[in-house]
Amino acid sequence: MEKTVNHRAWFLVLPVLLLVAFSAVIPLMTVVNYSFQDTFGNNEFFWAGLEWFQQMLNSERMWNALGRQLMFSGIILAIEIPLGIFVALNMPKSGFWSSFCLVLMSLPLLIPWNVVGTIWQIFGRIDIGLLGYTLDMIGIDYNYTQNALAAWVTIIVMDVWHWTSLVALLAFAGLKSIPDAFYQAAKIDQASRWKVFRYIELPKMMGVLMIAILLRFMDSFMIYTEPFVVTGGGPGNTTTLLSIDLVKMALGQFDLGPAAAFSLMYFLVILLISWVFYTVMTNLDKREG
Amino acid sequence: MAKITLDNLAHSYLPNPRSEDDFALKELNHDWDDGAAYALLGSSGCGKSTLLNIISGLLQPSQGRILFDGKDVTHAKTAERNIAQVFQFPVVYDTMTVHDNLAFPLRNRGRDETYVAERVQEIARMIGMEDMLHKKARGLTADSKQKISLGRGMVRKDVNALLFDEPLTVIDPHMKWELRTQLKKLHHDFGHTMIYVTHDQTEALTFADKVVVMYDGRVVQIGTPEELFERPEHTFVGYFIGSPGMNVIPARIDGNKAYVNGSHVELAQGYKPLDGKVEIGVRPEYAKLSMSEGLPVKVRRVEDVGRHKIIRAELFGIDINIIAGEDERVSADMNRVTFDATHVNVYANDWRVKGEAA
Ligand SMILES: Nc1ncnc2c1ncn2[C@@H]1O[C@H](COP(=O)(O)OP(=O)(O)OP(=O)(O)O)[C@@H](O)[C@H]1O
Ligand SMILES: [Mg+2]
Repeated sequence: MEKTVNHRAWFLVLPVLLLVAFSAVIPLMTVVNYSFQDTFGNNEFFWAGLEWFQQMLNSERMWNALGRQLMFSGIILAIEIPLGIFVALNMPKSGFWSSFCLVLMSLPLLIPWNVVGTIWQIFGRIDIGLLGYTLDMIGIDYNYTQNALAAWVTIIVMDVWHWTSLVALLAFAGLKSIPDAFYQAAKIDQASRWKVFRYIELPKMMGVLMIAILLRFMDSFMIYTEPFVVTGGGPGNTTTLLSIDLVKMALGQFDLGPAAAFSLMYFLVILLISWVFYTVMTNLDKREG
Repeated sequence: MAKITLDNLAHSYLPNPRSEDDFALKELNHDWDDGAAYALLGSSGCGKSTLLNIISGLLQPSQGRILFDGKDVTHAKTAERNIAQVFQFPVVYDTMTVHDNLAFPLRNRGRDETYVAERVQEIARMIGMEDMLHKKARGLTADSKQKISLGRGMVRKDVNALLFDEPLTVIDPHMKWELRTQLKKLHHDFGHTMIYVTHDQTEALTFADKVVVMYDGRVVQIGTPEELFERPEHTFVGYFIGSPGMNVIPARIDGNKAYVNGSHVELAQGYKPLDGKVEIGVRPEYAKLSMSEGLPVKVRRVEDVGRHKIIRAELFGIDINIIAGEDERVSADMNRVTFDATHVNVYANDWRVKGEAA
């Protein structure tokens, strides 16, 4: 069949292009613009070249924030992915209780982020919070405003509470797509529970797990609201993650140039790590296959 | 290897079955003889897979018992029953190699590696996949996957029974023939009790010592291929076995005569008066076109299918088939049909009625 060539079709793409331009390209370019210039107010800008980038690369403050950020994302991935899989494996497969679990697990995903932060901020307080008060009563030294470990534990538990459902829901979708015949064959072949997981369930879940890992990585790497509401980055700078630091720099100190350079590098790091994850996992997938 | 006894067995997928219609498998009593090869034949949805899954323990029957060599295994787990089953839908472990797939059931039973390697080689030869042993199973074609499934079913020698659920549906015709031969050889060499589900009657008839025909959740006949051909116990068997199937014609029976629309047909035996839906069944092979005798027919079409001709005709408004030899002449003035009296069966409400010597 002959394809019709009609260049007017491009007009149909125009709205999307405009939308993307205003929502992504133009703001990003503004940031790029700031990152190469300096200002002394009055809306006057001077060319600064790579100065801000150099300054940021040499800044211990940024490297520390990056280190904390990597640790945070690493820990929550290490907890949420296995836990999500475990939850999905133990969910009822069909019927009323299955729907019930699905709804129950979607609830944390529906709560606005600052509300999640507030919930945990109050929950953990030792004077009025149920968690903080109880821990304090039974003699555990828990105070997230003073103790760095307690602060870390709080924001990690909060993130796990908030996001494990997402992993579980994705893993559950993967599990549901496995035909019954696989489980039946495994019974005939006398495969142990572990082997059923290793050779049937895990391979069939790989696709969705990859999405889960990428989503959770990107999201946790950019996390801002929840830890900010709970700890404000403290005590000291111990929970100052990258985005918290960025906001401090850009809005707190109004260092637009360094902050812009910082955001660009931040953006590149996310892109780079996501790319690494993606490549490693697709290769793993190919090697298995 | 074992004799498998089904005692009052029935199954419904509903939690509270009320009427007989709720049962996917209706009450069944049957012995599967040790070492025999059975073909299980029936149309889609008649309960074949259900029956196999109950025997292998994947499904708990709603009623009745299953015995292996007289021992009650109704509540025994699949593993304890030691049965091999190959499913309709090919199942392979994607991330394993072909070799590991075939070795899987043996390794799970803790067999030592030298035995496993030897056995896997043998099976790979049988299914024609020796040169693919080190490939990952993912990405293989559907028929390779089905062969792996089949191989996994055959790899254990000590099983009580081998159950095949239409294992050759996705396999190309040449390989199908080859694998069927391999299965027959396997049965011959090891004498496992085998149950082989199929839609395909030629497959059933070439493979099995005995054919079990199911219809609507019920076993309607068990017999040798000849018995199914000569004396179908149920009109469904007559229709399902044979190509084309048996002609079923409404009739009235009086002693040793049947009346079709007033014209009489001789029967080899006499019958008591019958109630309900009464029909006679005649295989196309035992019907003959004639110029002068028998019932009037209108010939619609003559199909030459090589070894014989199939004549499609109409008898009092009912479509019937007649088979004539390749070099038998069919002419336009042959407008009557006769039936071989010894091969006319009588059915009341679809079940065959035994006659009394006339
Ligand atoms: N898991 C199930 N839940 C409810 N009903 C089922 C289930 N499996 C099968 N059935 C029903 O039970 C009946 C028998 O099914 P079964 O799969 O045993 O048929 P079959 O003879 O194997 O058919 P096919 O030739 O299509 O494989 C069908 O009516 C089917 O709809
Ligand atoms: Mg079936």
